[in-house]
Amino acid sequence: MVEKQLMLGSEALALGVKLCRPQVIAAYPITPQTHIVECLAQMVEKGELSPCRLVTVESELSSISLVLGASAGGARVFTATASQGLALMHEILHWVAGMRFPVVLANANRALGGPWILYMDQADSLSQRDTGWIQLYCASAQEALDMVPMAYRIAETHLLPVMVIMDGFWISHTMEPVEAPSQEAIDAFLPPRCDELKLDLDNPQALGAPSPSDTFYQIKREIQEEMERVLEAFPQYAQEYNQLTSRSYRLVEHWFMEDAQIALVGLGGITGTARYTAQRLREKGIKAGVVFPRSLRPFPGQEMRRLLKEVELVLVMNRALSPGMGGQLTQEIQSTLYGLPRVPQVTDWMAGLGGIDPTPWAIGEAVNRALKGERKIWTDRPIGAKRL
Amino acid sequence: MDRPSNWRQEAVEIPREELLRPGHPACPGCGAAPSMRLALKALGPKTMVVIPASCWSVIAGAHPNFSLEVPLLHTPFLSGAAAAAGLKAALEAQGDRETLVMAWAGDGGTYDIGFQGLSGAAERRTDMLYVCYDNEAYMNTGGQRSSATPVGTRTGTTPGGKPEEKKDLLNIMVAHGVSYVATATLAYPQDFLTKFKKAREKRGFRFIHLLSPCPTGWGFPEEKTVTIARMAVESGAYRLMEWDGEEWYTTRQPSFRVKVEDYLQAQTRFAHLTGQELQEIAKQTAAYWEKVSRKE
Ligand code: SF4
Repeated sequence: MVEKQLMLGSEALALGVKLCRPQVIAAYPITPQTHIVECLAQMVEKGELSPCRLVTVESELSSISLVLGASAGGARVFTATASQGLALMHEILHWVAGMRFPVVLANANRALGGPWILYMDQADSLSQRDTGWIQLYCASAQEALDMVPMAYRIAETHLLPVMVIMDGFWISHTMEPVEAPSQEAIDAFLPPRCDELKLDLDNPQALGAPSPSDTFYQIKREIQEEMERVLEAFPQYAQEYNQLTSRSYRLVEHWFMEDAQIALVGLGGITGTARYTAQRLREKGIKAGVVFPRSLRPFPGQEMRRLLKEVELVLVMNRALSPGMGGQLTQEIQSTLYGLPRVPQVTDWMAGLGGIDPTPWAIGEAVNRALKGERKIWTDRPIGAKRL
Repeated sequence: MDRPSNWRQEAVEIPREELLRPGHPACPGCGAAPSMRLALKALGPKTMVVIPASCWSVIAGAHPNFSLEVPLLHTPFLSGAAAAAGLKAALEAQGDRETLVMAWAGDGGTYDIGFQGLSGAAERRTDMLYVCYDNEAYMNTGGQRSSATPVGTRTGTTPGGKPEEKKDLLNIMVAHGVSYVATATLAYPQDFLTKFKKAREKRGFRFIHLLSPCPTGWGFPEEKTVTIARMAVESGAYRLMEWDGEEWYTTRQPSFRVKVEDYLQAQTRFAHLTGQELQEIAKQTAAYWEKVSRKE
């Protein structure tokens, strides 16, 4: 039995990065991810990451540009951000993905202002849905560590950038017992980066040159096809990782779905609360289950359909809003279920924005209202300490 | 400070090796293309180039064409300096300290949108060379004002002439405490090559500013590129200088055989100015270079 250590989610994530032997890290502070780059800076200072270069840049525009350049130099690269920082990176996120650089970035979810808001929701990462980045969500500090090696394995095998995303504060700033895999296990899982996508003095080429439309079209098509291959290959990577580390990761995590009539669907930490709530609901005779697509992009539509096709009700627990449309995750679920012979009721619940943390009571309340047929739910008293 | 009167720049041999291929798509008479040609002759093949959005994004060739013989990374507009710093870090982490990383950006990508990254990379003393080829406006979009545009210039967004003076980037770079700052222009290849060779040998952050005449945007005949650059230097509208970490030196004194007004009047971008305005600009230009050289 490997020993568990108590650590913050952001420390766990930084430890995951360390185990992957990064070569260039761009560091810029923003709450709630600052601990990640601070931890990494300490490791570099102590010589634990040598010969890694940690560069303290002057903005997120520069951190993402810096890892773009470093990735073009053939290095394994890392940077971390949150909220406004991720939004600021937007232009370069497209560039990194279009160029197929295997960059790994951690994002600690936080709402986007204005007004100023420090707390957690998922508007930052969900707003980057269409940039061509893979998005892997984490529901615990342990997952924040484990998803980093998974991210590099996927990024470097498929030449697509990956975001590892955890709830700001609820995970980044919460101490949890974490079991670190051995360096040998990670080395066995993750070979050094070895692709050809880099500048080479012996074979001078231009990366990112202006492209004719048909080339550009083909590049985008290849990205789409590669995303589909990631979905196919994910179970294999998960299996390898699980074997090396005694974990049990799946492309779509799910609990109590065997006989569920109600599915609670969410991303990241909220699915922990939902698991607890589902158990309480089951005590009252309501057959609830929980579904957590670990990857939002590529979206595991087939597996989601398989899990959700028999249920009566899908309650989508949104933590990001597309104003004028509704919950962002709801759109994903609805389009996935469209065309099923029998489409379950999909209820769009705005579970929490800007730090509203849905309690089991709030989830139970939303289930009650959805069972009465409500299709769009805003919690009336979102901050309430009622017991379920 | 003037060098002693018997001081001469050593004559440098111009390497025969061409690292810019013929057939690139720059406008005829473009100053930016031969500037790259000269720069790479001085820097040699162990060079990697990073180019943010600029005319050079086009001049380097659209896929699958490529006009350089050294590796090139294209980046978004504001990413030049940071991406170059990242590339350098990647090379260092893999044990390569020899390859020179050169960011090559226009004035928009340097003075304006790329300024933050430039300042950051310079402040961190990144071991790289940053070259700004300054055509004094956003030429790739048809010629709009940048903060490098000289006072009085008519551009697409300053139809009445630009009211403000050109940003004093040279002293801003010096204030960063970088290891080398120089100005150069293609009309003086010996001076140009000497400075690039010097920059190649130094460590830390090096910054070279190039006056890069643009017949399309400045409005002069395409065969007059070298003449225009020469007029700029000989009139004192542009000074060939270098700052070696401690002092400014003028590497070539203007002969004043032509006047700043002559230089301005040779270009349609100043055609709307009255004689008095031209004189005023000439005075301001002299004052600017006076200000730089007072630090000599
Ligand atoms: S617009 Fe000017 S700088 Fe750009 S390619 Fe043409 S001549 Fe060169």
